[in-house]
Amino acid sequence: MAATETHQTIETVFRIEQARLIAGLVRMVRDVNLAEDLAQDALVAALSEWPKTGVPKKPGAWLMAAAKRRAIDGFRRRKMLARKHAEIGRDLEDEGADPVADIEAAMDDDLGDELLGLIFTACHPVLSPEARAALTLRLIGGLTTDEIARAFLSSEATIAQRIVRAKKTLGKAGLTYEVPRGPDRRERLASVLEVIYLIFNEGYAATAGEDLIRPALCAEAQRLGRILAGLAPGEPEVFGLLALMEIQASRLNARTAPDGSPVPLTEQNRARWDQLLIRRGLAALERAEALGGAGGPYALQAALAACHARAKKAKETDWRRIAALYDTLRAVMPSPVVDLNRAVAHSMAFGPEAGLALLNEIEQAGALRDYALLPAAKGDFLFRAGRLTEAGAEFERAAALTRNAREKAFLLGRAAACGR
Amino acid sequence: MASVNQRRKTMRVIVMVKATKESEAGIMPSTELLEAMGKFNEELINAGVMLAGEGLHPSSKGKRIAFDGPGRTVIDGPFAETRELVAGFWIWEVKDMAEAVEWAKRCPNPMPGPSELEIRQVFEAADFGDALTPELAEQEERQREKLAGH
Repeated sequence: MAATETHQTIETVFRIEQARLIAGLVRMVRDVNLAEDLAQDALVAALSEWPKTGVPKKPGAWLMAAAKRRAIDGFRRRKMLARKHAEIGRDLEDEGADPVADIEAAMDDDLGDELLGLIFTACHPVLSPEARAALTLRLIGGLTTDEIARAFLSSEATIAQRIVRAKKTLGKAGLTYEVPRGPDRRERLASVLEVIYLIFNEGYAATAGEDLIRPALCAEAQRLGRILAGLAPGEPEVFGLLALMEIQASRLNARTAPDGSPVPLTEQNRARWDQLLIRRGLAALERAEALGGAGGPYALQAALAACHARAKKAKETDWRRIAALYDTLRAVMPSPVVDLNRAVAHSMAFGPEAGLALLNEIEQAGALRDYALLPAAKGDFLFRAGRLTEAGAEFERAAALTRNAREKAFLLGRAAACGR
Repeated sequence: MASVNQRRKTMRVIVMVKATKESEAGIMPSTELLEAMGKFNEELINAGVMLAGEGLHPSSKGKRIAFDGPGRTVIDGPFAETRELVAGFWIWEVKDMAEAVEWAKRCPNPMPGPSELEIRQVFEAADFGDALTPELAEQEERQREKLAGH
């Protein structure tokens, strides 16, 4: 094997093993920073050994053994924390003659428990959502600081500092780095799901011409969701979120016109929807429902997305079901944006007047005052009700509120169609 | 190594399990192989790599449609060139071909004797680059619309 080829193989193997490696090391040394350094040391060792010996049969176990040896050397040399030293020393002695075989057995046994523990740690509620997202992409996704910075339209220094602070906060919090099993599991899981969906939405918000890493965040979040579904197969909301992301992602190719302008859901070319992702999404939703999670906020949003995915043509959309789902979602996840979408669904199911009545309620509550989509929806309802002059005024108001140039052009176009 | 941008764009591959005498004879895999394959599939799922996967019946149950100008001839299986036949497939989402190769190397031998996996990248619209003019893209879109019965 040529040297460069071996090099690439090692990098690839490391990329596959990295998250599990760090997860196992964090559990051992109780320090995210140190675990990352040890994983890098193991990579360096592999880069020097494997070109001579070839890639070992169980590369993950080899890397873990190498990192563990480094950890023990480090502890001894720096005489750090006598207690930890004793613990790890005992670990090593217990391992006997073939540490790789033992590690391999342990890695098979835990069935990803350590990785799940690392996901929960990176998404710990003591951290801000932004810090959680950065740390998750770094530790589980294997992204570099530079990549995360470009993905979040931020500077490398800002993200680096965010990650350093997050690690410090975790260190001070005195965590066990384990999978929460007690009463706080629900809250901790919600925190994980929030971060994954935040990453997905950041990718979804990316526009044409931006750094490719931004739309790639959708794929990264889907991968995280799929990993989580594999590791926590009994959690209905994990499948709800996965279903939501798979179905939303199925439309990524259809949601922009060749000139980059957005195409509304009902006008998208449904032949361009990714049927494989739709099937996966519907299967995940079924799983969420079978686990008794039909009423969860992610499962409900996935059920909404599924209504569109199931309609072969826009006019076959089951708007009554969508309206009913929004009625339920509103109770589980109260938000003015949900109310706005609910008004749209009701306008489609029961006519523009029904939508206008619900918009009126939102306006009276004083919510979404500077939100462009509110007058945009109102303009649409008025247009459909034949009240063109009022509709035109709403579209113009919406156009003045949006900061997105393409959206502005679209809204002004609609205003012009009202004869203004 | 590929540039960061290329590396971060995921891609889909289809991984084909090539047929052998045994698979064409309809010999089912052993319990050990099923177990090993189940474990491999679980690894793929837990890594977020596997999107789909199926095993196929022998070609004796398959059909071929041969095209010659306007003519269409239906040919019944089995088909002779065993090594060119497919006995099963996965669809994976990976970051690059190197990752697909690494995963494929971890697959247990899917057959009792010597066997082969073949990895092929799935096309995306962007792969056609400048050759796919807006006019062609629009034409393709119209065709897809018709396929969907619009």
